[in-house]
Amino acid sequence: MFFMIVATLFPLTLTPELSRLRDAAPGVLWIGALLSSLLALEFLFRDDAVDGTLEQFALSGQSLTWMLFAKTCTHWLLTGLPLALSAPLAALALGVPVAALGSMIAALALGSFALSLVGAICAGLTLGARRGGVLLSLLTLPLSVPILVFGSDATRHAIAGTEIAGPMYMLGAIAVLGVTLAPLAAAAAVRIGLE
Amino acid sequence: MNWTWFHRFGSAPYMYGFAQRWTPWFGGAALLLMLLGLYGGLVLAPPDYQQKDAYRIIYVHAPVASLSLMIYTAMAVAAAVGLIWRMKVAHAAAAASAPIGAWITVATLVTGSLWGKPMWGAYWVWDPRLTSELFLLFLYFGYMGLRAAIEDPQKADKASAVLAIVGVVNVPIIKYSVNWWNSLHQPATRLLGKADMVWSMVWPLLTMFLAFMLFFAAVLLIRLRAELLRRERGASWVREVLS
Amino acid sequence: MLNVQGLHLWRGDRHVLQGVSFEATPGRCVLLTGKNGAGKTTLLRAIAGLLEPEEGRMTWRGASVRDTRDEFHSELAYLGHEPPLKGDLTGRENLHFATGIRRVVSAAEIDAALARTGGTAFADRATRLLSAGQRRRIALAGVLLANAALWLLDEPTTNLDAEGQQLVADLVAEQLSRGGLVVAAVHHSLPLVAGTLTELTLGVA
Repeated sequence: MFFMIVATLFPLTLTPELSRLRDAAPGVLWIGALLSSLLALEFLFRDDAVDGTLEQFALSGQSLTWMLFAKTCTHWLLTGLPLALSAPLAALALGVPVAALGSMIAALALGSFALSLVGAICAGLTLGARRGGVLLSLLTLPLSVPILVFGSDATRHAIAGTEIAGPMYMLGAIAVLGVTLAPLAAAAAVRIGLE
Repeated sequence: MNWTWFHRFGSAPYMYGFAQRWTPWFGGAALLLMLLGLYGGLVLAPPDYQQKDAYRIIYVHAPVASLSLMIYTAMAVAAAVGLIWRMKVAHAAAAASAPIGAWITVATLVTGSLWGKPMWGAYWVWDPRLTSELFLLFLYFGYMGLRAAIEDPQKADKASAVLAIVGVVNVPIIKYSVNWWNSLHQPATRLLGKADMVWSMVWPLLTMFLAFMLFFAAVLLIRLRAELLRRERGASWVREVLS
Repeated sequence: MLNVQGLHLWRGDRHVLQGVSFEATPGRCVLLTGKNGAGKTTLLRAIAGLLEPEEGRMTWRGASVRDTRDEFHSELAYLGHEPPLKGDLTGRENLHFATGIRRVVSAAEIDAALARTGGTAFADRATRLLSAGQRRRIALAGVLLANAALWLLDEPTTNLDAEGQQLVADLVAEQLSRGGLVVAAVHHSLPLVAGTLTELTLGVA
């Protein structure tokens, strides 16, 4: 929802010229995706931390890494994936050609997944910190730059009709790196955050 | 291997004494080398074939640029040591280095920007190396922000340590960004062996690198002393030192 | 079975735990007493592994707690100040979820636990609609379902009426008779059988 609003604000504030919007589209879409993810990230652990359930996860004797990975995946299925699937609406409004939509959805899905993984680490670290929401954004933004760079690159190539394999592979590599390392870091972060 | 020397550094009073003794040496050496390097670079070295005298800012820009990455890495290593071996002094060192690193990164961006004007005609371009250096600054801010936002000092130490370690991923990206992407920023100049610059230009640069590293060491030791005093203010050794 | 030696813990500047040592053996309950702020909650959280002590050693069945954390946790049930219940789920669903992440649990077991703690009547209402005392009864059922050898209870009788407080004492007694261990922080004493209690007072300089 937020993503949609952001995406439609750009034509209103920038220019109604479709060709210029098309140039800006990769940036608009990816920044919109990033901002929506940041908003959603606050809720990844917050409720569980507040009612004490997260603590019970940490005390369950089961692998906290796997549990947080499962939580992050579920979170992505409810936030990142819908965002990727609804992106075509915003994209078409920005003048993105229909042929580019498929790869755009794939890139956004992969990128938002990687974002959720990295964001989970920062969400764990900021549990119980002052101004947690703002701090979460400050911490996640620099770490999400590689995802943004390659993701918007992939979308830019898709719009231009050129080969998208390069940036998509990099995005995939980041996602794989994220899947293997981020949950471990997130588990460490959550244990520290619960102290 | 005898690790006693390593564990001795874990003791706050020992580290305090060490810092007190060595700061003047590091500081003095840094000053000396900096004067030498600046003289060599600004006066002795010949003007560049293409850039004439504008290139001379390299004598400040290149060392601080490397230093900004080195400090972050050192900070992450100190944080990791603190986390793994549970050494309070290591956490104190990481905390003390962060503001220095942030300022050095600002210096990198400013000197780079000043060089950019004569070189590219612009104070700022959004190219990979500059942008990732800017994001390094944001990483420093994030680290300091996280520390400030957590009330409990032990929890702040551990949380910021995890953040520093995770953020270290950005360092290789910055270093190699000029190789990976098309960039206005020049790629790394070979300094030794089959060098791209004449020796009279190279030795002041190497001197400045060393000078800035010693400068960092001196400033770090000063800040570390203050940090240790603050953290251990209830302890008896602090009372002895301050009386 | 649970051995704590020389535990030191600082929270910020405060030296909260100053060399705490004790031993908990099967069939005995260790009661932590002391004023507010003496460190009872801190000690329980440190034993549970939620807080890291600066110095000291804790062993469970002879093995260091830090090295065997997951095994230790699987034999541990921790109940903090606030019952860890998700407000939108019913009591029954909460128990199914909380126990389910530890082991497979059947509906019959949940029913039995609820019956024991007197929670059957309100087990099918969303927990945010329940009173604090009712939530605590559900949480106690959760402790029963954990099948844990060691219980760490922080003020277990909070919000409970006289009947509820007796219930807690009975549950603890049953746990002890099963060969389990209990470490509980209390403000008022628990009416337990003499000879099964060890009192540890914290915060005495």
